Amino acid sequence: MAGYLVVGAVVGAGVLLFVAAMAARRLLAPRAPWAAKLTTYESGVDPVGVGWAQTKVRYFVFSFLYVIFAVDAIYLFPWATVLRSADLGRASLVEMGIFIGVIVLGLAHAARRGLLRWV
Amino acid sequence: MSPWLEAVVRAVAVLAAFLSLPLLIGQTEHKVMAHMQGRLGPMYAGGFHGWAQLVADGVKFVQKEDILPARADRGVFRLAPAVALIPYLVALSVIPLSPTVVGATVDASVVLVLAVIGVGIIGTLMAGWASANKYSLLGGMRAAAQLVSYELPMVLAVASVALAAGTLSLVGIAEAWSPWWLLWQAPGAFVFLVAALAELQRPPFDMPVADSEIVFGPYTEYSGLRFAFFLLAEYAGIVVMSLLFAVLFLGGWAGPFEAWLGWLWTLLKGFAVAVLMIWMRVSWPRMREDQLQRLAWVWLVPIALLQLALTAVGVVMTS
Repeated sequence: MAGYLVVGAVVGAGVLLFVAAMAARRLLAPRAPWAAKLTTYESGVDPVGVGWAQTKVRYFVFSFLYVIFAVDAIYLFPWATVLRSADLGRASLVEMGIFIGVIVLGLAHAARRGLLRWV
Repeated sequence: MSPWLEAVVRAVAVLAAFLSLPLLIGQTEHKVMAHMQGRLGPMYAGGFHGWAQLVADGVKFVQKEDILPARADRGVFRLAPAVALIPYLVALSVIPLSPTVVGATVDASVVLVLAVIGVGIIGTLMAGWASANKYSLLGGMRAAAQLVSYELPMVLAVASVALAAGTLSLVGIAEAWSPWWLLWQAPGAFVFLVAALAELQRPPFDMPVADSEIVFGPYTEYSGLRFAFFLLAEYAGIVVMSLLFAVLFLGGWAGPFEAWLGWLWTLLKGFAVAVLMIWMRVSWPRMREDQLQRLAWVWLVPIALLQLALTAVGVVMTS
């Protein structure tokens, strides 16, 4: 647990760095805001509409695929620690082969149906 | 020494490394890029070959007016640089330079490093969303798509190394490394290097910040020290990824006199990887968004899965 205490201290150091830097900025940086300066930047012309414009999210299929594979990847790490054991090694290799094979089949299906094309 | 005092001393040491190594990489990038392009690069600041250029840049950034756009989501806009930067600090704290020179010794350091690097990406997304700017939103969306796609091959490549070593500790992996891995884990190393470049949004994977199309993507509305923090996060990211590559795939401290000079070998190997990343920036043009996605899903993920199979079969055959 001593290791995680250090990790916690490092997070604290990071927060302190950020707070101290922002305080320094507040003390040193000039502040003279006016309306034109605070306008959203749109290449020098007046902004049209709001910034949170509706847009087509083109990559939602990728994020679905990612979620599937990310869960799969979480199973890989515990597997790494048991692969060498005499009673689990070979059996776990076959089982993980089947498990990953099914997911790869899904990826191949997605690719064949054209889901991996950026539309 | 009491554990609390030791934790503080270690945190300060990690912070010192975090604030100096990115400057070294940044100066190297200035100089290496300049010489590859037939220029001199910074020559004046500090006197000797412009060594103090980045310090001067930092001083300039602190003194610049920091603009908070009227339309922005203020809280998220302010918080985003911290969310982008601090995860790399935490990642650096668990990467060992040698079995003894390591900030924090934790058992599953591989999983911890991957997890915190994933958090850093949220900072970019927060910046893109909170700016309330169309360029920023587009850049943030591109960043999200790119990071989601490249996180996966990277995790798979790291899992392959963990399988080969049979442990989830970075120290354990580098201890288990043998020169034979350079061949055995080569596809995984290639996948990791490409995915790391993409995670860092460095050229040729800089579509999210493509300056000729969307100004500076998620960071368009940032200025002053907040902008500098995003830059620092990028260079800290190079340090983290290079050292991680050196520890996972190049054996870290393996080398002559490793009992005394181990930390130096890790740093030198990491530095070589960082120079390679700079070299790639100079050499290749930017990839288009659909090419990026295609590279990740059609090439890197299958290669990483093949590497995984190769590793697992190799381990079972030899054990």
